[in-house]
Amino acid sequence: MCSVCGCGHGEVKIDGKEPRNHSHDHSHDHSHDHEGESEIGVYSHAPGLAQKRMVQIEQDILAKNNSYAAQNSNLFSKQGILALNLVSSPGSGKTSLLARTIRELGKKPVISVIEGDQQTANDAQRIRETGAKAVQVNTGKGCHLDAHMIGHALEELAPHDGGIVFIENVGNLVCPAGFDLGEAHKVVILSVTEGEDKPIKYPDMFHASDLMLLNKIDLLPHLEFEVERCIDYALRVNPAIKILKVSATSGEGMEQWYEWVRTAHKMVLSGHPTADIYSKTGGKE
Amino acid sequence: MHEMSICEGIVQVLEEQACAQNYKSVGKVWLEIGPLAGVELESLRFCFEAVAKGTLAEDAKLEIVETKGLAWCMKCSNTVEVARRFDACPTCGSFQLQVTGGDEMRIKELEVN
Repeated sequence: MCSVCGCGHGEVKIDGKEPRNHSHDHSHDHSHDHEGESEIGVYSHAPGLAQKRMVQIEQDILAKNNSYAAQNSNLFSKQGILALNLVSSPGSGKTSLLARTIRELGKKPVISVIEGDQQTANDAQRIRETGAKAVQVNTGKGCHLDAHMIGHALEELAPHDGGIVFIENVGNLVCPAGFDLGEAHKVVILSVTEGEDKPIKYPDMFHASDLMLLNKIDLLPHLEFEVERCIDYALRVNPAIKILKVSATSGEGMEQWYEWVRTAHKMVLSGHPTADIYSKTGGKE
Repeated sequence: MHEMSICEGIVQVLEEQACAQNYKSVGKVWLEIGPLAGVELESLRFCFEAVAKGTLAEDAKLEIVETKGLAWCMKCSNTVEVARRFDACPTCGSFQLQVTGGDEMRIKELEVN
């Protein structure tokens, strides 16, 4: 078991298997002896008195996740990969939207997908049917993907240089907001079959996202969903959020979303040392 | 949100620091948590007890220092206090606010043995 990150125990599974045993270059067999420490204590304090002392550490609680996220982000930028973290509540149509996106964006750039769910590999299977490479991460009891799981999944996925990696997060509008995975953007998907006040009910997620896809707009005629109000709420929480209205079923608005993805991908490749190769081949083979 | 994993993160930091800072148990932990960090304090205390059991932080007490939520209003150019992400500027009523503080989640200091 890896003692740095605790991987290898617990219930996290990548494509149904325990995460690979990656090397953190240390083991916990270190041989410093704790008796010596207590002697220091005895020397530095009067015997019989409690040896309480204060220690300043000033550490971010999520520092560990953030350092894994930085590693992922480094890998993405080195390989010229655009990574997008798709977040939403369960049932917003993330997987259908992703499957259509993969089919319609075409073969270039090469798309690969990390699917996060508590259990089952159903979603990865749906993605693989589109022809894209997909790795399923099962979080077990966990309610979100963290940067460390993504690091392991990337080892498995081996994404193409100059490609796009979509990370479909666990359906949850709360926890994934706090966990940076090293992605370029969070994209929040909200379907019109949910309440229009979701952005203010779950403000952290909408605040953390750069783009909101308002999905299932083909159903609007049958619903009492007030689009303008929903957009207004989203802008209250995040004045900089961009909003696109789409339907993954009818295809309406999807072209704008593809354009957004292509533009974001261009931004990643623009000025990248090997951008020329990527734009010609769509990814190094 | 995810108070359980946050507590696991805290205990992990305490265990890592035990080696570096030369202590065997933790008596008190001072945390600095902002109102916009998305942490439910009661739930955090509850989870901490469960997660710390059997670790060097088993008897540790949590002292939570709550910071203020601060934002910069793009309309009236003031730094204002906000309690929630979707609050309006208390001065001019605009929602064009850029959060500048209050989303921290930090371990400040420890009392150790």
